[in-house]
Amino acid sequence: MSVKEHSGDYFIPEPSPWPIIGMASLLMTLFGGALAMNGVSIGSFLVIAGLLLFFVLLYGWFRDVIGENLSDCYNKQVDTSFRMGMFWFIASEVFFFLTFFGSLYYIRNIALPWLGGEGYLGVTNEILYNGFEAVWPSHGPGELGGDFQPMGAWGIPALNTLILLTSGATITWAHWGLKIDNQKQLVWGLIATIALGLLFVGFQAYEYGHAYSDLNLTLETGAYGSTFYMLTGFHGFHVTMGAVMLMAILGRSMKSHFSAHNHFAFEAVAWYWHFVDVVWLGLFVFVYWL
Amino acid sequence: MSTTTLSHDEAHHHDAPKGWKRWLFSTNHKDIGTLYLLFALTMLFLGGASAMLIRMELFMPGIQMLDPDLYNNLVTNHALIMIFGAVMPAAAGLANWMIPMMIGAPDMALPRMNNLSFWVLPAAATMLILSFVVPFFPGGGTQINTGWTLYPPLSVQVGMSMDFLIFAVHLLGISSVLASINIIVTLLNMRAPGMSLFKMPMFCWTWLVTAFLLILVVPVLAGGVTMLLFDRHFGTSFFDAAGGGDPVLFQHLFWFFGHPEVYILLLPSIGVLSHVIPAFARKPLFGYKSMVGAMLAVATIGMVVWAHHQYTIGMSLGAVTYFMIGTILISIPVGLMIFNFIATMWRGAMTFETPMLFAVGIVLMFTFGGLSGVMLAVVPADMQYHDSMFVVAHFHYVLMPGAVFGLFAGVFYWLPKWTGHMYDEKLGKLFFWINVISFNITFFPQHFLGLAGMPRRIVDYNMIFTEFNVVSSIGAMVFGLSHLLFLYIIIKTIRGGKKAEKRAWEGAKGLEWELDSPPAFHTWTVAPQIK
Repeated sequence: MSVKEHSGDYFIPEPSPWPIIGMASLLMTLFGGALAMNGVSIGSFLVIAGLLLFFVLLYGWFRDVIGENLSDCYNKQVDTSFRMGMFWFIASEVFFFLTFFGSLYYIRNIALPWLGGEGYLGVTNEILYNGFEAVWPSHGPGELGGDFQPMGAWGIPALNTLILLTSGATITWAHWGLKIDNQKQLVWGLIATIALGLLFVGFQAYEYGHAYSDLNLTLETGAYGSTFYMLTGFHGFHVTMGAVMLMAILGRSMKSHFSAHNHFAFEAVAWYWHFVDVVWLGLFVFVYWL
Repeated sequence: MSTTTLSHDEAHHHDAPKGWKRWLFSTNHKDIGTLYLLFALTMLFLGGASAMLIRMELFMPGIQMLDPDLYNNLVTNHALIMIFGAVMPAAAGLANWMIPMMIGAPDMALPRMNNLSFWVLPAAATMLILSFVVPFFPGGGTQINTGWTLYPPLSVQVGMSMDFLIFAVHLLGISSVLASINIIVTLLNMRAPGMSLFKMPMFCWTWLVTAFLLILVVPVLAGGVTMLLFDRHFGTSFFDAAGGGDPVLFQHLFWFFGHPEVYILLLPSIGVLSHVIPAFARKPLFGYKSMVGAMLAVATIGMVVWAHHQYTIGMSLGAVTYFMIGTILISIPVGLMIFNFIATMWRGAMTFETPMLFAVGIVLMFTFGGLSGVMLAVVPADMQYHDSMFVVAHFHYVLMPGAVFGLFAGVFYWLPKWTGHMYDEKLGKLFFWINVISFNITFFPQHFLGLAGMPRRIVDYNMIFTEFNVVSSIGAMVFGLSHLLFLYIIIKTIRGGKKAEKRAWEGAKGLEWELDSPPAFHTWTVAPQIK
C-alpha cells in the first residue's frame, strides 16, 4: 500500500442515476416485504417489482463499470480501490456469518445447559422445565415442531463438501488459464465451477426436501431447526449469488474482456467463491458433524 | 503536518453539473457531504421534536397527552433517529467533505458507491417513520414499545410496525457498511504521495478506526434483527426458551453492536476536537501518536465489554466481573485523550471562538459523563442505577458533548471553508451558551432523579419526583428550541457574511486550508507533494 502512483488521472465517474435507483428498489422491496409478511396482498407485487428494478440496476451499473474498464478509464490506483473495496465487503460478510455461528455456539454451549439444569441458573430447570435434558440436537423443553431426526453429516453434506472444494480447485485452474491468456482453459474452468456450484445448490434443495418430508426437520424445530436452516440457508443464498456472479464472469470471459493483467472482476468473484467455500467448511464441521 | 508544494492546476477542473441531477446523481464528495449534513440536520429536528414531546409528557406526574405505548414509541424513535439519522450521517457528512481535502485526494475512492450509501439513508428514514405511522391506521397493529434495544420477547409480540423498523435497521446497516468501506479505501489508497499513515490528520485516523468498527459490528446487528424477523414470522426459536433458544442471546448480539456504536458516535468528534483545539490554542496537538494508540485501545477494548449493559440479566459472577474490569479499563485510554487535549491547551495562545467554546465544553462535560460511566460500570452500584434516569443522564452527558457538540464544533470550524463566508460570531457564541446551559439544566437533575429511584422509559412517575422533572422539562424546551438559532446561523452564513480567507482561522493547519473558501468543485485533481 505504500508505493503508489498518484498521477492525477484518478477516474471520477460522471453523475450516475444508479445509486438513487438502488434506493428506490431497496425501499420498494423492503416496504413490500414488510406488508407481505403481515398478509397485505399488494406487498408481494412490490417485492417482485423491487427485485426486478434491482436487477435492472445491477445490469446497468455493471454495464457502466465494464464500459469504463474496456475504454481504459481505470489506472492502477482505481484497480487497487476496487480490490480493497471487495476485500472489506467480504470482511463484513464474514462478521454477518459469525453472528449465526456465534448464536449456534451460545445456544448449544450456554443457553441449553442452563435449561438442562446446569450451573447457577439450573434452578430454572427445576421450576420451569423439570425433567428436560440438554442434549444437542434439541428442540427445547417445549419440544417445538414435534419429533424430528437430525441431519446426518456423511451423506449429501460430505458429498457437497467435496463438490465445493473441487469447485475451488476448478476456479483456480481457470485463473491459471487467464494468467497465461489461455481462453479455452479459462472458459472451461468457469463452466466447471458453475456446474459444481449449481450441483451443490441442487443437492441442498434436495436435502431440504428430504428434511421436511422424511425427518420432520423444519424451521419450527426449536433451536436446532432454527440454527440449521438459518446457517445453511444464508450460505445457500450466498452460493446462489456466487453462481450468478460466476455466470456474469463467464459471459465476459467469452467476450474476451479479461487479459492477464486486467481482470479484477474475475478475481473479486474468485475471492467471493473461496469465501463461501470456507464458510461451508465451518458449516460442515459445526452444523452437520459435531 | 508538513507544508506542501502546491501543484494543482486551477484551470483544469470541470464546472459543477447544473440542476436537480447534480444532487440526485452526484458523484462529488462535497455535494454528497452536503446531502449527508442536510439529512442529518433534518433528522436532528425530527429527533428533537420527539424528545420535546417526551419531556412535555414528563413535565407533570400522571398521563397528560401520550398514552404509554405511544410514549415508548417516541422514546424508541428518538434514540434511533438521533443515533442513526442525525449523529452518524452528520459524522459521515464531515468525513465526505473533509477527508479527500485533508489527504490531498481528488474525491472519495468509490464515488458512485458514496452516493448509494447516502441515498439508502432517506429510504431507511422512510421505513423508520412508517414504523411510527402504521399503527395509527386500522389494522396497523401495536406501537413499538420496546425502546431502541428491541429486546425480545416484547419485540416478537409487537405488530407489523416492528417489521418496518427491522427493515429500516437493515437499510441503515447497508448504508453504514458501504460508507465505511469507502472511507477505509479512500484513506488507505488515496493519500497524497508522502503522506504516511502517521502524517495523516487526526480526523482521518478517527474515521479510519470508526469505519473498521462499523464493518465489524454492523453486520452483527443486521444478523440479530434478521433472527428477530424469523422468530416473528417463520416459527424459529432463537430467542424462545421453549425451543431451546434464549432471549438473552439477542441482548448479547445487540450490545455486541451497541457498545462499539458508542465509540462509533464518539470518535469522529474526538477527531474534530483534535483539529479545533490545536487551531485555537495555536499549538500542535499534544501526543499525536499516543492519541492514535489510545483510540485503537478504546476501539479494541470497546469491542469486548458489551455485556455491561446487561448486568441485571443474571450472568455468572465470573462474567460480570470480567465485563466490569474491561469497562473500567476503557477509562485509561479515554483519560489519555482528555489529558492530551488539556496538554494541547496548556500555555497555548488561546482564543475562544465558537468551535473552541464547544471544544472546551466537551472536554469538561464529556469527562463528567465518563465519570458517571465509571459509576455505572461497577456491578453492585449498577444494580441500583440500572434502568433509572441516572442512566439517561449518563449517556446524554456522553453523547451530547461527546458526539453532538463535537459535530457542532466541526460545523462552526469548517463552515467558512464550505460556504466561503464567516458565520456570525456573536450569534455563534450566543448559541453555545444557550445550548450548553439548557443542556445542563435538562440533564443534570436527571442524575438526582435516577439516584432517588425514578425508572426510565415509563410515562408516569411518583409525585415526589415532580420538582426535578419540571426543571428538566423547562431546560429541555429551551434546549430544543435553541437549535432553531443553529439553523438560522447556518442559513445566514450560506446566504452571505464576511468573506472567508483560504485559511479561515489563523491557527488552522492542514491541506484543506490551502484550498479556496469555498473550494472549487473538484480539488486536488493533481495531488500535492507532502514533504
